Amino acid sequence: MTVYIIKRMLMMIPTLLGVAVLIFLLLRVVPGDVVEARYMGQGSQFTSQDLMDIERKKLGLDQPLWKQFTTWMWGIARLDFGLSMWTGSPITEEIKLRFALSLQLAVMATVVATLLAIPLGILAAIKQDTWIDYAVRVFSIAGLAMPSFWLGILMILVMLIVFKWLPPMVFTPFWVNPWDNLAQLIWPALAVGYRYSAVATRMMRSAMLEVLREDYIRTARAKGLWLKLILSRHAMKNAMLPVITVVGLEFAFLLGGLVVTEQVFNLNGLGLLFVEAISHRDYTLTQALVLIVAAVFIFVNFATDIAYAWLDPRIRYR
Amino acid sequence: MTKRLAGLLAVAVSTVLAFPLQAQTPRSGGELVFPVPSEPPSYDGHREETFGLIHPFAPFYNTLLRVDPFDKGGTKPYPSLAESWTVSADGKTYTFKLRRGVKFHDGSDMTSRDVKASYDKIIFPPPGVGSSRKGQYAVVEAVEAPDSHTVVFRLKNASGSFMASLLSPYNFIYKADILAKDPNWHEKNVMGTGPFTFVEHVKGSHVVGKKFANYWDKGKPYLDGFRAIFIRSSGAQVAAVRGERAHIQFRGFTPADRDNLKAALGDKIVVQESAWDCILLVGINHEKKPFDDKRVRRALTLALDRHQASESLSKIAIVKSVAGVQVPGTPFATPPGELNKLAGYWTDIDKSRAEARRLLKEAGVPEGFSFTFTNRGIPMPYEPLGVWMIDQWRQIGLNVQQQVIEPAAYFGVIRKGDAQVFMDFQCGYIVEPDLDMYKFVSSDRNPANYSRYKDPVLDDLYDKQSRARSVEERTKLIRAFEKRLLDEEAHYLMTLQWHRIIPHSSKVKGWTVTPSHYLNNTLDTVWLSE
Repeated sequence: MTVYIIKRMLMMIPTLLGVAVLIFLLLRVVPGDVVEARYMGQGSQFTSQDLMDIERKKLGLDQPLWKQFTTWMWGIARLDFGLSMWTGSPITEEIKLRFALSLQLAVMATVVATLLAIPLGILAAIKQDTWIDYAVRVFSIAGLAMPSFWLGILMILVMLIVFKWLPPMVFTPFWVNPWDNLAQLIWPALAVGYRYSAVATRMMRSAMLEVLREDYIRTARAKGLWLKLILSRHAMKNAMLPVITVVGLEFAFLLGGLVVTEQVFNLNGLGLLFVEAISHRDYTLTQALVLIVAAVFIFVNFATDIAYAWLDPRIRYR
Repeated sequence: MTKRLAGLLAVAVSTVLAFPLQAQTPRSGGELVFPVPSEPPSYDGHREETFGLIHPFAPFYNTLLRVDPFDKGGTKPYPSLAESWTVSADGKTYTFKLRRGVKFHDGSDMTSRDVKASYDKIIFPPPGVGSSRKGQYAVVEAVEAPDSHTVVFRLKNASGSFMASLLSPYNFIYKADILAKDPNWHEKNVMGTGPFTFVEHVKGSHVVGKKFANYWDKGKPYLDGFRAIFIRSSGAQVAAVRGERAHIQFRGFTPADRDNLKAALGDKIVVQESAWDCILLVGINHEKKPFDDKRVRRALTLALDRHQASESLSKIAIVKSVAGVQVPGTPFATPPGELNKLAGYWTDIDKSRAEARRLLKEAGVPEGFSFTFTNRGIPMPYEPLGVWMIDQWRQIGLNVQQQVIEPAAYFGVIRKGDAQVFMDFQCGYIVEPDLDMYKFVSSDRNPANYSRYKDPVLDDLYDKQSRARSVEERTKLIRAFEKRLLDEEAHYLMTLQWHRIIPHSSKVKGWTVTPSHYLNNTLDTVWLSE
């Protein structure tokens, strides 16, 4: 197992290197750069070429591509992501600010999704083709059909019109003021968690149905084992494997992919930072964010594989 | 001397006119909360061009002069750090007397040395330092500080717009000692003489300012502080005002947002509106056939029913007035009766479109001729105006495809000269012909002229109006410029003037809307009634 873990960790290096090369080149292919984004869209008629040249030189954009790439890679090798081309601040500082919020939201949405998906999926499977199953199916299909940002807008409108109340507009860390923190984040967590739970509920239901038809479950029932014990000890563990994959991938997505939901709830998260970095043509920040998201996906996949082995003793990695 | 008296008289008159707005006794205290739709890359006003800098950071600074905070027209010079000024008889020397007792937030005194250092950075930046507005001060020969409270600007020639250019809200006065050590210091730090001191900026989230106890204008500011919250989504901005979490948004809302807020909050909302010194223009690439033919360009403008659009589009978009090269209602704007004589502004649209068809036929452009209209990927107001124009051009037998380009890439694409007909844009901090019309001088003088034409006659009219010494003479020259630009040559087409709508909490007092969303953000006169 240890050898396997080391091998997988080493495999991450060429994958991330590939991602780095790809994002570096793709960004340079797209028209416009950070200096144009800064000065050309404001409606001013006095922006001179001199100013643009000074700004490009400051940012190193006058250097040949290979030099820009090697400078960036040398920084990454020393875990130095450099400075944001848009704000001039260290990229670690820009990301750190947003990471706490995005991570907390991802965790909260995962908790909401898991708390809804596992019991509902099991319930729907054991009560297959009853009204309970139909109700769970309607609930989960509605979740799949409804974009989380739209649900978010509805939640805000209801809070505003019915309760004359809005969540706080500025993020407060949990350890500073838990009430303000939860008052802001619980709503997006519910909106995102519901959609997320819909995927997991359907996955849980179908995996459970499959497992419940297995011989070893039938044997356990024939032996007269208590249903709760069969479900918790034998069925659920096996049915959880595909659900864990879904939960893992969704969690990774939530860290940087909640762009519209973050806009609706005015959350200062990584998703919005990502979009702004791209629209400002902030090469260094976009590159860093892509690398981080890629690293999170790789790590989550890796953790999922390890969890497989823990849940199913038949799986062994070499 | 006469000009000085005139300046003082103007201030006195504007104060009297503004009296009704200030009739209530201002109340001290409270924190003003406002959303800002855009976050600035740095804190340096001399470097940046976005209103995202002005709204949260202008309260930390003063400028030499400012626009009268109660002037709805947004053009009247008003004392700020300079308490009075004189202009020499030849119009080439401007002398400003500075206010005494002005302190920086670090407790040091502000003197003419600081003003000179700040303007030297703007006009004559040291090597490697960028200045966005250097081009606006090409007429300045030198900035001098003959004594600690006098600043003199010497110009190469008289200029009709120089005073207006000193009203720029971006020209923050910085401390000379700091600039001497590091001219880029203000990109990441805040230190001025403004009514509020900097507390914090949490990136992506908010900026907080608190009252500066040693502010030179005793009794001001009225507010204890302010909190500017960065909110990109317009829906979330409206929700913040509607949920009474924010008092005001200084840029502007749509007509639908205004109506919704008014319906939801009734008397708790006050709406201030103004023509907005921003306009979308249609650029026509003179290097692409058949647009090198002025008959075709004139046909494009004749097809547009601007009067009807003013009525219908103003219900759904942030546009309203039919305008020429100046914001309607401002000193040099063409009166509607005269404007309606220009091609594309006629009130009889059938006659106008018949003339457009005739011109196209004469130019050899066949019925159903196709071209691409390139538009910028910003929903408001680019999208409704783009759709409207395509429909108008179809009505004279043209077949137009719209190509929408993402905002950050847009001007790079337009600048290359590949587009045929495209949306262009200009927005100013003050209504001033020199600043507003520079866009249209020949492309070898101004690379931001994306229609790519050279017109020495137009350039000559621009220069003459800029140096005109009387209002009457300047007005006449501006009319001639406008006629050549929009009618005779139809180099560029005007769409509709933007319309600024500010619905704000009725608790907010002491703030007046102007045609520019860059003005009136020092917040020293603003107060909260409860």
